[in-house]
Amino acid sequence: MSTTLIAEIPGHELPSESRVNYLNVDHSVKSWLLTHDHKRIALLYLISITLMFFVGGFFAVLMRLNLIEPTGLVAPETYNKLFSMHGIIMVFFFLVPSIPATLGNFLVPMMIGARDLAFPRINLLSWYIYIIGAAFTLYAVISGGVDTGWTFYTPYSSTFSHSQVIPAAVGVFVTGFSSILTGLNFIVTIHKMRAPGMTWFRLPLFIWAMYATSVIFILGTPVIAITLFLLGLERLLHIGIFDPAIGGDPILFQHMFWFYSHPAVYIMILPGMGVMSELVTAFSRKRIFGYTFVAFSSIAIAVISFVVWGHHMFVTGQSVYAGLIFSVLSFLVAIPSAIKVFNWTATLYKGSISYEAPMLYALGFIGLFTMGGLTGLFLASLATDVHLNGTYFIVAHFHYIMVGGAVMAYLGGLHFWWPKITGRLYPDGWARFAALVIFVGFNLTFFPQFVLGYLGMPRRYAVYPSEFQVLNVMSSAGASILGVGYIIPLIYFIWSFKYGPIAGPNPWGAKGLEWTTPSPPPTENFTEIPIVTEQAYNYAGTSESAHG
Amino acid sequence: MTGLIQFGLGSIASAAISLPLHPPTASSIAADVDLLYYFLTALTLFFTALIFGTIFFFMVKFRRRSPDEVPPDTKTHLALELTWTIIPTLITGVIFVWASLLYVRNSRPPASSTEMFVVGKQWMWHIQHPEGVREIDEMHVPVGVPIKLTMTSEDVIHDFYIPAFRVKKDVMPGRYSSIWFQATEVGTYHLFCAQYCGTDHSQMIGWVYVMSPTDYAAWLAGGTKNESMAQMGGRLFSQLGCVTCHATDNSGRGPSLAGIYGTTEKLRDGSATTVDEALIRQAIVNPNSITLPNYPPIMPTFQGQINEEQVLQLIAYIKSLEPEERTTSGK
Repeated sequence: MSTTLIAEIPGHELPSESRVNYLNVDHSVKSWLLTHDHKRIALLYLISITLMFFVGGFFAVLMRLNLIEPTGLVAPETYNKLFSMHGIIMVFFFLVPSIPATLGNFLVPMMIGARDLAFPRINLLSWYIYIIGAAFTLYAVISGGVDTGWTFYTPYSSTFSHSQVIPAAVGVFVTGFSSILTGLNFIVTIHKMRAPGMTWFRLPLFIWAMYATSVIFILGTPVIAITLFLLGLERLLHIGIFDPAIGGDPILFQHMFWFYSHPAVYIMILPGMGVMSELVTAFSRKRIFGYTFVAFSSIAIAVISFVVWGHHMFVTGQSVYAGLIFSVLSFLVAIPSAIKVFNWTATLYKGSISYEAPMLYALGFIGLFTMGGLTGLFLASLATDVHLNGTYFIVAHFHYIMVGGAVMAYLGGLHFWWPKITGRLYPDGWARFAALVIFVGFNLTFFPQFVLGYLGMPRRYAVYPSEFQVLNVMSSAGASILGVGYIIPLIYFIWSFKYGPIAGPNPWGAKGLEWTTPSPPPTENFTEIPIVTEQAYNYAGTSESAHG
Repeated sequence: MTGLIQFGLGSIASAAISLPLHPPTASSIAADVDLLYYFLTALTLFFTALIFGTIFFFMVKFRRRSPDEVPPDTKTHLALELTWTIIPTLITGVIFVWASLLYVRNSRPPASSTEMFVVGKQWMWHIQHPEGVREIDEMHVPVGVPIKLTMTSEDVIHDFYIPAFRVKKDVMPGRYSSIWFQATEVGTYHLFCAQYCGTDHSQMIGWVYVMSPTDYAAWLAGGTKNESMAQMGGRLFSQLGCVTCHATDNSGRGPSLAGIYGTTEKLRDGSATTVDEALIRQAIVNPNSITLPNYPPIMPTFQGQINEEQVLQLIAYIKSLEPEERTTSGK
């Protein structure tokens, strides 16, 4: 596995157009829409979720505009639809598929030395299912919108709402199957298709994170499907399941909803943590500190995440004892996350650290994720959760995890592997500038919301008492900066796809099998299946026996 | 209501000149919750500074100095791993115990609490005082008196939230939830709905007026003359015909309800259950779900015929019936 050697072969520095690769092998539309190549499917996903991200982001911009004035600028029912559609699109159609379906699809076979995923047709099917789900949800938007919030709480959603609940719920229901298929594909691929010598403990940590995520995909997603199916039955056929007026129990819905949706939080953040381990090692040229601790913390998070759902329900009137148990389990799930943060930081020690754009995103992730995680302690603590639950403190907390964490990691990963995916470099100066703009805009948007929540401003308010205005204006100003920060990469990525300088197989000098092939890779990834003889992140070039 | 006007002007003035960073602290539990909140804030700042500080230090000290620099290999360090596993575990353990003790204490209403009743409805709050005074989107309470609220919803899930008191609880359709508080400062405070409940969720807000006991007594007396909740319930008890079956002298087809509140009754299926607000409500809206062994299951449901406020009045009436009445009348 001599990366440097390959880079020195002059033939590999030829423009990518002159070599047959997965992008130029066939330019027809049919070859894209019927492709079985995991790399092309990753790009199909990339385009789809980018579109959804900007649709969901557009709704967020309108929300922040509305909240500049305490009396609001749009009608309350419009505002309610804006935050509902923002949440549904961002959670189910951007964050959940983001890293797994794009970077994961592209990298899982390449990192383990395989030519494709185990089930290429199922992989393509998952994208079509995603598109069908997205179509239902976009239909719900166009045909009047949905106003239940992304949480679809009953009996409001099943009996009282006059909006497009069914199309939106069908969209989420359908797209869940694409998650399940992706998870299934990853698990089988990671078990069965590793290159010779690629033992479990030589796997890049990104693969461990994908594995843990896939387990949650398969075990959690059916539950949200069942929940939304029952919601549909009650709304359409008036079968009493959740509405007490016809014999149902609204708390049952919350149990079922959060049984999926809390693990779903880890579907969103675990892949980001996997990306983090790749970025931190590559840009400090260091083997990861505490490989086994980082690897098993991913598995611990995946397991514990299934038994903490009740912390969303501390003020529903569930028993004090249930509250105590869910509280202690929620504290427990914080520990593996803390372990990861400490290990990433320790990896930097005595490294050779450089600050290209992906590393700036990585460092931003560590800081923002730390804050997001620590503010989670306020909410795992029963006594403070009573005050903060349902306020802007919650909104700030989960945006620090979802946007400060997951989206930063996604962008960091995209910047890191973009040269591999496209064979082209983007302007690093612009990319660093965008990373900085996003970091500043993010904090200005969401930090004031912690204060708003402590002051008592409830979330999902279209209008609000005037004493909250100063902080809301600060947040809206930050959102406009954040919006600009997201548009800059869109522009230079599109530019670089055609005009960027040729990247070469390994522009970062990174370890990992994906960097041993040309950029963009050929359709079969590897002309010869590599044989792995060393641990992951062996930047020091030591032989395995030296560090046992 | 000059107090309200003064408060209103004051809050506008303060919003214009300053940035609020702290909600009013106006209940017996607020200061304790704040103490935990400040501890957690300090902890967050400390660890964020620690992580950011360490990263910045490493960024500068270990920056790449030449393009082909090869740093030494990473050493595994079990002691360090254990240190940063065990210390966070201990810290979170302390927080868990602290927060849980406080929560358990905060969730138990004192036995001496005055009861009041809340019904949430899209998009307003109905408040009933036991004395019979009813309010909408306003709640007057005396300072220094523990108050227990029994709450339910006519439609969807709402959430009763008074930030200044640090109390919040979902208000559910089909069941009762309760919170309690003891106001410590005379003043006017926000009342919010904190669970999204539809179009005008953000206008399902009101004011809590905390008054001195004398002012409160005057306010209660000064309202329109009302019957007490129990009296209103008694009138309903006759109007709806409950009294024909549930005669206090046990002559009807159903059991006498005098003194039944708080007792344990054996049901037809053999289980025993305590007669509380929730059980009485269930008996009214879904009578066949709780039948007694010695009485035929013939009671009709009253679901849809009376609203949640009237159910609460009936409960107040049934609770007001003295046990002596039951035994003496029975003879």
